[in-house]
Amino acid sequence: MVTLSINGMVVKVEEGTTILEAAKTQNFRIPTLCHHDDLCVAGNCRVCVVEQLGAKALVAACATPASEGMQILTNSLKVRAARKHIIELLLSEHNADCTKCYKNGKCELQDLSNEFAVGDHLLLDLSNIKDYTVDRFSPSIQKDDSKCIRCQRCVRTCEQLQGVNALTVAFKGDQQRITTFEDLSMAEVICTNCGQCINRCPTGALVERTYLEEVWDVILAPDKHVVVQTAPAVRVGLGEELGFDPGNRVTGKMVAALKRLGFDSVLDTDFTADLTIMEEGTELLTRLKKALVDKDPHVALPMTTSCSPGWIKFIEHTFPEYLPNVSTCKSPQQMFGALAKTYYAQVRNLDPKDVVSVSIMPCTAKKYEANRPEMRSSGYKDVDYVLTTRELARMIRQAGVDFGKLKEDTYDSIMGASSGAAVIFGATGGVMEAALRTAYELVTGREVPYEGLNITPVRGMEGVRQASVLIEDCKEEWSFLNGVELKCAVAHGLVNARRLMDGVKSGEIEVHFIEVMACPGGCLGGGGQPIPTNEKIRKKRTEAIYAEDMSMEIRKSHENPEVIGIYRDFLGEPLGHKSHELLHTHYTQRVRY
Amino acid sequence: MSDKHVKRVDLIFEKAECRKILEKIMDVEPDHICQEVLESDLKGRGGAGFPTGLKWRFAAQEKDPVKYVVCNADEGEPGTFKDREILDQVPEKVFCGMAVAARAIGAKMGYIYLRGEYKFLIPKLNEKLNIFHKTMDEFNLNFRIQIRLGSGAYICGEESALFESIEGKRGEPRNKPPYPTSSGLFGKPTVINNVETLVYTVMIIRLGAAHFKELGTKDSRGSKVFSVSGDTPKAGIYELELGMSVDEFVQEFGDGDTKAVQVGGASGFCVPRKRFEETIIGFEGVPTGGSMKLFNSTRSMFNVLHNYLDFFTEESCGQCTPCRVGCQQLLKGVEAVKRGEKNSRYLDELVKLAKTMKRASKCGLGQSVGNAFGSIVENFREEIIY
Repeated sequence: MVTLSINGMVVKVEEGTTILEAAKTQNFRIPTLCHHDDLCVAGNCRVCVVEQLGAKALVAACATPASEGMQILTNSLKVRAARKHIIELLLSEHNADCTKCYKNGKCELQDLSNEFAVGDHLLLDLSNIKDYTVDRFSPSIQKDDSKCIRCQRCVRTCEQLQGVNALTVAFKGDQQRITTFEDLSMAEVICTNCGQCINRCPTGALVERTYLEEVWDVILAPDKHVVVQTAPAVRVGLGEELGFDPGNRVTGKMVAALKRLGFDSVLDTDFTADLTIMEEGTELLTRLKKALVDKDPHVALPMTTSCSPGWIKFIEHTFPEYLPNVSTCKSPQQMFGALAKTYYAQVRNLDPKDVVSVSIMPCTAKKYEANRPEMRSSGYKDVDYVLTTRELARMIRQAGVDFGKLKEDTYDSIMGASSGAAVIFGATGGVMEAALRTAYELVTGREVPYEGLNITPVRGMEGVRQASVLIEDCKEEWSFLNGVELKCAVAHGLVNARRLMDGVKSGEIEVHFIEVMACPGGCLGGGGQPIPTNEKIRKKRTEAIYAEDMSMEIRKSHENPEVIGIYRDFLGEPLGHKSHELLHTHYTQRVRY
Repeated sequence: MSDKHVKRVDLIFEKAECRKILEKIMDVEPDHICQEVLESDLKGRGGAGFPTGLKWRFAAQEKDPVKYVVCNADEGEPGTFKDREILDQVPEKVFCGMAVAARAIGAKMGYIYLRGEYKFLIPKLNEKLNIFHKTMDEFNLNFRIQIRLGSGAYICGEESALFESIEGKRGEPRNKPPYPTSSGLFGKPTVINNVETLVYTVMIIRLGAAHFKELGTKDSRGSKVFSVSGDTPKAGIYELELGMSVDEFVQEFGDGDTKAVQVGGASGFCVPRKRFEETIIGFEGVPTGGSMKLFNSTRSMFNVLHNYLDFFTEESCGQCTPCRVGCQQLLKGVEAVKRGEKNSRYLDELVKLAKTMKRASKCGLGQSVGNAFGSIVENFREEIIY
């Protein structure tokens, strides 16, 4: 323990505690910009400088550990002068056209300049002397260097959380900026479109490509039938954008709001999440049979999940040799899109050309996924527009819907029924758990041997987790699995995905089935979710996801009545001909930069 | 006017018998070496002036079995060129200084981080290094030196940015603490010294701390190699005893019309004629890494200042706000004042900004931009405005 004083108050803190954290214990908030709970210390922006009595220079509170006898002033004259200068410097370099900015009202720099009442521009405006163009090429991420304050949160996110390194610092001095390999657009580089950089950008330099106006246009067009699907994680995040604390489930309110916005049918991605389990579970069992019974040496195991489009693009770039291992199942979003313009249109007696399918996702990579050329198996673009949780909240505000006071409503049918297994797709380990609930029961005729169906070993926030389930007393047709210990691994955050795949490559990790979610915490920590994010918030959302699962009557994918219905009326059987045509896809090897 | 003259010294370029030094250091306890250097009061010759012996002792006290010695040969300060000459004339003494440091702290590996423009020195250095490695083997000193080349960024002369560069990363300064002696190159305890400092340690081991201390003043012991340039008939490299005033220096090197001396390069201070007599060149007055640039009355101090600011605007790593944006504001600011777009009071705003840069920047670069700016604006205000 070390003892120091902060603004005259004596504090005892653990060794290694930063001045920033120590001040927090005394209820002194020191302003920060480059600091982020999820990332390593940078000490770049210098907004957090404080005075250490006896030291020549001011010290960065975020980067300086408390030491014995230190006397810190967080609001002295020197500190105030420096802090104000620093905010002014940032603003002088920043395209401060705030009222026209996508992040207006949600910008940390704006908040700080408000807090310090930065009035007249004392310094020269440098923002107009640099020739910036906005990178709008990516269908997911828009990058505007004129709003960048060089805090490098995005660079650290891309490197430390995702291990992608699509964004990096280039050049020096006045030319320094955050850019990509050879200054290519975000659409042309190794970027996985995960959007984690957006979640951590303090300003409007990195934002999602928005399709809000396009969606309003089709909603308000009389001749279009607009169906909307909502991903599992949206219902535990949306509330944060609309005045609720993290961890609130707002499923019913969200459905009610969507209906008020004018969508013709409010449906659930959970339905196709359950369908994914049927297809992917069958695919896994088929691969296992090929390996164990037919002794086929070419069967690609371990099989990995394919729900996370960030993960798909990552593996296409980084581990292309493992593409045969990726499940051929489309993600639930894309399964939904393909069915919306076939099955749904057929049942509702609609011309698929008049059906517009919109999805609400916690994700920015989904925007990219919907634009993949192979995602047109209905004969049309399967998913027309993808909006993030944040964009939906904006639509709700624009429509003047008083979200907090809405009465809960329920999803429409068909393609609106779901199970608890589908809901947990939103959390890391959820797909694995849902798959095990169904596969185990399919093979043995019994429920998974975990209390309350809660397969806790695959849950949690550990970056890479491994678990196994022993399969015994199988049904006759699955007797080849008798005594097999089904081994699985789960990773979230691409830096962990890389660790896991490196382990698979070296033989260190031997498993049958792998779940990877590109974002920390799974989809609930996705790049389209409300800002801010940190582990505490993600844990709250996780708790909400599992609470939602527990509240569901049906908790296994294969018991979803609409899933049973679609196989009976339309698809036939899992991995059947129609499934192959509509629900499965293929992947592309991509370059490594 | 004082009638004292500057005193030339010949320690650095004097050929030394490195074998004798190696023999001597292998004969004594490592701590004895730290003690000797500490007693000499030698301060780092790169400019910052940290006591070398103390630095060595801190690193020696670290328990980590892996430690490094790094020679900072990224001589980038505008107006210094003495390290190049030292490396060219007496490379063995530089290696030997690294060996002395390695013995003192228990390092087995050392790096010379050589300024990119000094690439031409590499064949010669490697040739001499091979011989030196064999000599160390004879004395059972388990130490190896490698040369790493910079790529032209001024910031890589900053010790922690230099480590990043050797590690293959972008050369950006780190947060301090931790300091290099506890976590330096590859996160290991590291001693990093300037070329000249290392050579002085060799001379201290050879002649003893007392001999070294006979030279110089209480705050600035010993001698120092100066790179003299600008409006002088005697441009070149001179090893001089510390403690002289700027006036004495100008009498020796000036062209009779010297109006200002920039001591310490772009990151140093500008001393105007009226302060020549009272200003001591050394840690008690204006410290310098060796750069001494004389300006006569034909020079526009606006141009001088503009040149320095232009330099910093380009050479800031761009990482921290005060330095990256501050440099641009100072540069554009003096231009605006010169053009009459801002009135002269704006200079006072800029001086305040320079003060913030000094206090709040992450590393020595940003912290020292205000030195040249403040001293030139203070003493040559009319030249900036009109």
